[in-house]
Amino acid sequence: MELFLQQVLNGLTLGGVYALVALGLTLVYGILHVPNFAHGAFYMAGAYSAFFLINRLGLNYWWGMAGAAVTVALISVLSERLVFHPLRKAPYLHHMIASIGILLFLEAGAQALWGADFHRMETPYTQLLTFGSLTLPAQRVLIIGAAFLLVVLLQLFLTKTITGATIVAMAQNREGAALVGIDATRVAMLTFAIAGALAGMAAVLYAPINLVYTSMGHLVITKAFVIIVLGGMGSVPGAIAGGLIIGFAEAFGAFYISTDYKDIIAFALLVLILSVRPQGLFARGAH
Amino acid sequence: MKMLNPTAGWTLLLVLALAFPFLAGNDYHLTVMSTAYIYAIATVGLNLITGYTGQFNLAHSGFMAVGAYTVGILTVDHGFTFWAALPLAGLVAGLLGVFVGLVSLRLKTHFFSIFTLCVGYIMFLLIEKWESLTHGTVGIVGIPAPEPVAGLDFSEPRALYYLVLGFLVASLWVMHRIVRSLLGRTFMAIRNSDDLAQALGIDLMRNKLLAFVLSVFFAGLAGGLYAGSVRFLGPGIAGVEHTFDMTMYMLVGGIGTLLGPLLGAIGVPWLTQYLQFLQEYRFVVFGPLLVLLVIFLPHGIVGTWLNRRRRRVARGAPTVPATAPAPVQEVRHA
Repeated sequence: MELFLQQVLNGLTLGGVYALVALGLTLVYGILHVPNFAHGAFYMAGAYSAFFLINRLGLNYWWGMAGAAVTVALISVLSERLVFHPLRKAPYLHHMIASIGILLFLEAGAQALWGADFHRMETPYTQLLTFGSLTLPAQRVLIIGAAFLLVVLLQLFLTKTITGATIVAMAQNREGAALVGIDATRVAMLTFAIAGALAGMAAVLYAPINLVYTSMGHLVITKAFVIIVLGGMGSVPGAIAGGLIIGFAEAFGAFYISTDYKDIIAFALLVLILSVRPQGLFARGAH
Repeated sequence: MKMLNPTAGWTLLLVLALAFPFLAGNDYHLTVMSTAYIYAIATVGLNLITGYTGQFNLAHSGFMAVGAYTVGILTVDHGFTFWAALPLAGLVAGLLGVFVGLVSLRLKTHFFSIFTLCVGYIMFLLIEKWESLTHGTVGIVGIPAPEPVAGLDFSEPRALYYLVLGFLVASLWVMHRIVRSLLGRTFMAIRNSDDLAQALGIDLMRNKLLAFVLSVFFAGLAGGLYAGSVRFLGPGIAGVEHTFDMTMYMLVGGIGTLLGPLLGAIGVPWLTQYLQFLQEYRFVVFGPLLVLLVIFLPHGIVGTWLNRRRRRVARGAPTVPATAPAPVQEVRHA
């Protein structure tokens, strides 16, 4: 039973991080109508900027996270302005290739600045918490708490504010949103900023229990793709549900099947589901 | 300047390639060129499904790795000769392509790309983790050089160079035959609009599958050659960044043309050689280059040149319609 609960908590940790990354990806998908491969590099950039602020400049963890959120939001908005905006009328293939260009640039840039070594990010939350018979590293509890707080805040922003509603409107139907007078340029920039900030914060949450290295975004972004396909491209609740499904599948798969093959489980799940339902589990018809 | 006609152009390229070993300063240059040719074979294959048929495949380096590991495992662990294992490299990759294609090609646009991205990752992770078959992260060492044929010792860089060049020329010829045939036209019709193609009575699934299997067959073959020429394999060869590399080669040269991906696959690695000081930071330059190309020169160098020439021909002789298919990637939004 304890082992089972331990896996539930592992699943929540992974699921929370994946959901944050997938949320940004799914929002940007609504704007671009193309999966943004550079999103994984945004995640990586978040970890590196926080690593720099915390380990080199000696700021505390939370300032590191805030710095990462701002930096990645900026990178994300710049990519939208400089790359995706000029391409908005181009075929989808060109968007995807351009996003690969951004990915290569950011990864090589991080490597040029900080080298190819693996880095360890410091966290002040190294103690172990005990709940009854369960022992938990504080950082994992923090990840779960912070991830769910961010998800709830984003959800409130999207549903309770006018600005949030314009993002959702544009994600759901770009042409329709333009018809009712939504300023597409402003919404696109805002969406990219939010997506970048979420990816950056997710990276800072997860990096202390993993490591910081230039290709750290690869697996995470690929899983985020799996999640948004599962959850329906462009769907916010879908991204949250999908994140949890993949998080749990991986945690339980690692425990009951094999740690070696845990990363394959998410991909195998997608391959299986798309073989049966090409439109994804919760697709809403179009797109 | 008078325009080169295609036959003369290709002959010139072939003569240059044949003369290269006599012009190259050292064996290192030969090895760089041989490896570039091997990736050119895989890129020419990728161009069939991505450039001509419009399905952006992200598992290509995975299929190349399958071919390479087929040769590596069969020769090192099972005592096959290189020549017996090489055709199997193409075959195994092709067979796997049938299975992957049957499922993935039902998906359109970026769904297909995401699916193949995951397939590529599954291949990479399987190669890394399935130690009893693939030797895991240790990799496969001691792959034999291709056994001598007619007295040519292929462990010698010059002979190996000509061997790889032979395969490249053969691959290009086969690809030329494919894209100039009715089948090639069918692929391009699917690329330009699969709805329209279907309305014309084209069996989408069958043709896409055929393009995909042919494409990954080239990747498998290139992988087999890679195993025989580098003679060492690690899981890294399946890395998705190699697919990105090949995509870049295609795009720099001109996607959906025969010459473009070839020139890209040969030119870009050479550019990297000359930009030695960049070393692993080459992507700091190439990333933005890729973005600029997509924005300002979406048809690549060869594609833009072909378009311009076609326009000039059309202006000069308005009564003659341009018969060659446009190398333009006219894919619509989903």
